[in-house]
Amino acid sequence: MAELNNENVLQALKEAFGDAIMHTDEQYGMLTAEIPAERNTEIIGWLKNHAEIKMGFLTDVCAVHNPEQKGRELAVVYHLHSWTKNFRMRIKCFLPAEKPEIATLTGLYNAANWMERETFDFYGVQFTGHPDLRRILNMDEMDYHPLLKQYALEDETRDDKDDSFFGR
Amino acid sequence: MSQLDTRNPDKFVSTETIDGEIATLNLGPTHPATHGVFQNVMKVDGERIISSEPTIGYIHRAFEKLAERRPYNQITPITDRLNYCSSPINNMGWHMTVEKLAGIEVPKKVDYMRVIIMELARIADHLVCNSVIGVDTGALTGFTYVFQEREKIYEMYEEVCGARLTTNIGRIGGFEREFSPVFMAKLKKFLKEFPAKFQEFDNLLTRNRIFMDRVIKAGPISAEKAMSYGFTGPNLRAAGVDYDVRVMNPYSSYGDFDFIIPVGQDGDTYDRFIVRQEEIRQSLSIIQQALDGMPEGNHYADVPSFYLPPKEEVYRSMEALIYHFKIVMGETPIPVGEVYHAVEGANGELGYYLISDGGRTPYRLHFRRPCFIYYQAYPEMVKGAMLSDAILTMSSMNVIAGELDA
Repeated sequence: MAELNNENVLQALKEAFGDAIMHTDEQYGMLTAEIPAERNTEIIGWLKNHAEIKMGFLTDVCAVHNPEQKGRELAVVYHLHSWTKNFRMRIKCFLPAEKPEIATLTGLYNAANWMERETFDFYGVQFTGHPDLRRILNMDEMDYHPLLKQYALEDETRDDKDDSFFGR
Repeated sequence: MSQLDTRNPDKFVSTETIDGEIATLNLGPTHPATHGVFQNVMKVDGERIISSEPTIGYIHRAFEKLAERRPYNQITPITDRLNYCSSPINNMGWHMTVEKLAGIEVPKKVDYMRVIIMELARIADHLVCNSVIGVDTGALTGFTYVFQEREKIYEMYEEVCGARLTTNIGRIGGFEREFSPVFMAKLKKFLKEFPAKFQEFDNLLTRNRIFMDRVIKAGPISAEKAMSYGFTGPNLRAAGVDYDVRVMNPYSSYGDFDFIIPVGQDGDTYDRFIVRQEEIRQSLSIIQQALDGMPEGNHYADVPSFYLPPKEEVYRSMEALIYHFKIVMGETPIPVGEVYHAVEGANGELGYYLISDGGRTPYRLHFRRPCFIYYQAYPEMVKGAMLSDAILTMSSMNVIAGELDA
């Protein structure tokens, strides 16, 4: 692997983990792999410590809420970057809304600490093993996770911004 | 200073008591020395910091939630308010993200114009940060010198977009108008006069013995730690890692320009200062190159569904009126997809993770805000240091409250 590209990284991942690499795509050139939530530390740790891939930098952690996808409403999205080979990829783990639990990455990257706190704050994702899982931007007394789609931004009786007015 | 080796802070924690008790000090949220709304609850033994507990979120404005309710062109003003010391970089980063999603190719000229604006913003941002490091060490003079120069940069923004701080500069697809002759005259004057003024500022601090004694070894971080903590931008480069998005993943034709990435060695306040000083010089050189090599062409891409038509056309032609209406009402066709785009902001990698479901607003927009990510290293960087070094460390990290809290 002199150079990393989507094909050879995906192949290496599939050789090492087989069926655990569930769904992949390459939107806008970035390799995206869906992995089981319970194996996130194992697979991301493998990517980090791989002699060639060396995903040493955790660019970003965030969550996405898809209320329509039953049983996998919440997605935790990791952006990884290998600086030695200049290769970026995205890892997604899906979680059910009733039990949004996933292992923390703080053991692998110090940067994960606040990024996971932010994700917990806004989406309520429970990062098990996190050293200090508290709210970070919102106040501690808040009793909901505001970026979940069920919480409307504005008065719900307003309909002037409704997509149905635009034929969608 | 001699026995206080800040490189090995753990060595000093709790092994020594000065007055026999540990005090709790509440630094912030509105302390004048913190340059923004930051709170740190510090445990101090005398003047030495044992631990620090940052509380953030005082100016959280729920940008990510707001963005889920706004059409794409209305999100640009939100990005202004992230790192408000260099708003144009945030604006351009957002435009480029949407262009990437929608597959818009902008003319080379737009790239060059953007580079000029972005590098001006980088200079303005670094000037603020470096002169404030001077202020925090007690050297106010340099600050007053370079703030006059920053003012000139703001005047140039005004020529381009009419605003100064929260610029909302440019459009998806290009610029709303050509660079005016007044702007060009101001830019040329700035390029001619700024280096001498900047040198004067540099002379005041860079090799000033008092300043050097004050900032060398203050708030250091190793390259490995910096990488693990998600450092990017000048703070990372001060630690000795030559990572710069402009070179790693060139955007906006940065590949056309010849510039160097300055790196430091120790990752301390002095190195961060020096790296920024050199980046200002490199930015000047990039602006000069962009100005000299400015290609012919249009200042906007041919994307009528994103780029507002000229107002006089809107009054005259049906087609322009339709496009104008559609853009203003947020009715622009946008592909379904997800995209991550990063630009080199003034304090690090500013990333936009955008998911579109084809609707009039993003389904999800996440800002990768560099200082939110690296500020979490602050307690570790100041552990074992003196209180006054903690103030310096914070100002040299260039933590901007707007970006931190989003």
